[in-house]
Amino acid sequence: MTIRDKAYIAGIYEHPTRKAPDKSLAQLHAEVAIGAVADAGLTMADVDGFFCDNDVPGLGPISLVEYLGLDVRHVDTTETGGSAPIVHISHAAQAIASGKCSVALITLAGRPRSAGLSANPPPNWDVPELPFEYPYRSSVLNQYAMVAMRHMHEYGTTPEQLAWVKVAASHHAQHNTHAMLRDVVSVENVLQSPMIADPLHRLDCCVVSDGGGAIVVVSPEIARSLSRPLIKVRGAGEAIRDLRGGRANILESGGVKSGAIAFEEAGVRPADVKYASLYDSFTITVIVQLEDLGFCEKGLGGRFVADGRLISGVGRLPVNTDGGGLCNNHPGNRGGMTKVLEAVRQLRGEAHPAVQVPNCDLALAHGTGGWLASRHGSATVILERE
Amino acid sequence: MEEAVKMQTPKPNVENQEYWQAAGRGVLVIKRCIDCGEAHHYPRAICPFCHSANTEWQEVAGTGVIHTYTVMRRERPSTVTAYVTLDEGPIMLTNIVDCDVDALRIGMHVKVRFADADEGIRVPVFSPR
Ligand SMILES: [Zn+2]
Repeated sequence: MTIRDKAYIAGIYEHPTRKAPDKSLAQLHAEVAIGAVADAGLTMADVDGFFCDNDVPGLGPISLVEYLGLDVRHVDTTETGGSAPIVHISHAAQAIASGKCSVALITLAGRPRSAGLSANPPPNWDVPELPFEYPYRSSVLNQYAMVAMRHMHEYGTTPEQLAWVKVAASHHAQHNTHAMLRDVVSVENVLQSPMIADPLHRLDCCVVSDGGGAIVVVSPEIARSLSRPLIKVRGAGEAIRDLRGGRANILESGGVKSGAIAFEEAGVRPADVKYASLYDSFTITVIVQLEDLGFCEKGLGGRFVADGRLISGVGRLPVNTDGGGLCNNHPGNRGGMTKVLEAVRQLRGEAHPAVQVPNCDLALAHGTGGWLASRHGSATVILERE
Repeated sequence: MEEAVKMQTPKPNVENQEYWQAAGRGVLVIKRCIDCGEAHHYPRAICPFCHSANTEWQEVAGTGVIHTYTVMRRERPSTVTAYVTLDEGPIMLTNIVDCDVDALRIGMHVKVRFADADEGIRVPVFSPR
């Protein structure tokens, strides 16, 4: 069974805060949930499916469903790191298509900025790879940096090309009043910022923000009963990628698989996509995804992004017109949610006028959650304005 | 030259304790599947390629080349995180120690050595050779 044309995104909400010292995690989930349900023109009583990942407090969906006062008949908590909200759209569409629910609420929230970076849980030694990574201080930062270093070695990608991803994000973020970083930066600004983990400079890295977002996915019948633009789920794919016993190519992400599945289901090609939200935990993340999703040949991602080619109105593929994780928002260290929100705004024609893509009728949102060089979950969704 | 930092201490479990016992003797071991012949890392009781439980520990010389690396500049002293491609095939996450960090290159030949963590545990790391 395909999910193509079986579900619509009716409501979205992005929390305006980027720092929430006075709000609990559950409270943030509730605020985004209420915001997205209201955006759809529905009430919380209409919600009969709930989707979240492991970032929720307490007993996963059990605690949150109680806190939110929901009466649901379907729950799903698939955990694929930062790509989870994109997986949840696919799973919500599957549940709707098979009659398990008709109004699916997906929430994400986090407050790492207020909690501080020292809030790491103690190591769980049952995680099989942990003893072989923990002694070496393996982290998100050094894992992505090692991909960037190898990409430069193998394909001649330059620090200037990496920097163009940030430059484009900053051009977009200047128009977003909620963005954490709103100053337009140059390639030189990126290269002159402190080196954090070779070859990544401070400005090659995303922001750390509190906040969250939510999405409401509904059946075609309900979508047509609401006075909102019809944003259809056209195709979706998901993949887990890992080191394969030490034999994997670390430059190839799960996007190769999740993207191919999504394009196949949607029946479209990368050249048809008018706008793309690509996970941008670091500048290298965007370059690898452009290649693996088929927007350019493997190894040519650096050339693809150079000279402002990701800037709306300037380049051939506008990417992350909200400023992305690099400048706007990366709530709970998980960027998949904001990727979908901006794609929906573009399809509705509700993006900021300075970055709105004309006649934007087909958009892609893609996430890479976890560690690019070791193990990660990838998810791709292709959305269409009807 | 930068001084090696104290290693964070892993806690072995029943599946991998032989790896850590070998490291304590100054020996690097990897897992090889008797049925399909493939070596893998990190070590598993069940082969990740053919899913046979017929796997064995193999002592290796601990020689290889740097597949990729990064210098964590915020740490004092800077630590170098790397994947090293062992001569037997698998890539292995590690740190590069006792090196001029600015002279490191992908493809550089390296050899294993062992750095101390707490509780008598020793951890395989690599240095240029
Ligand atoms: Zn085998």
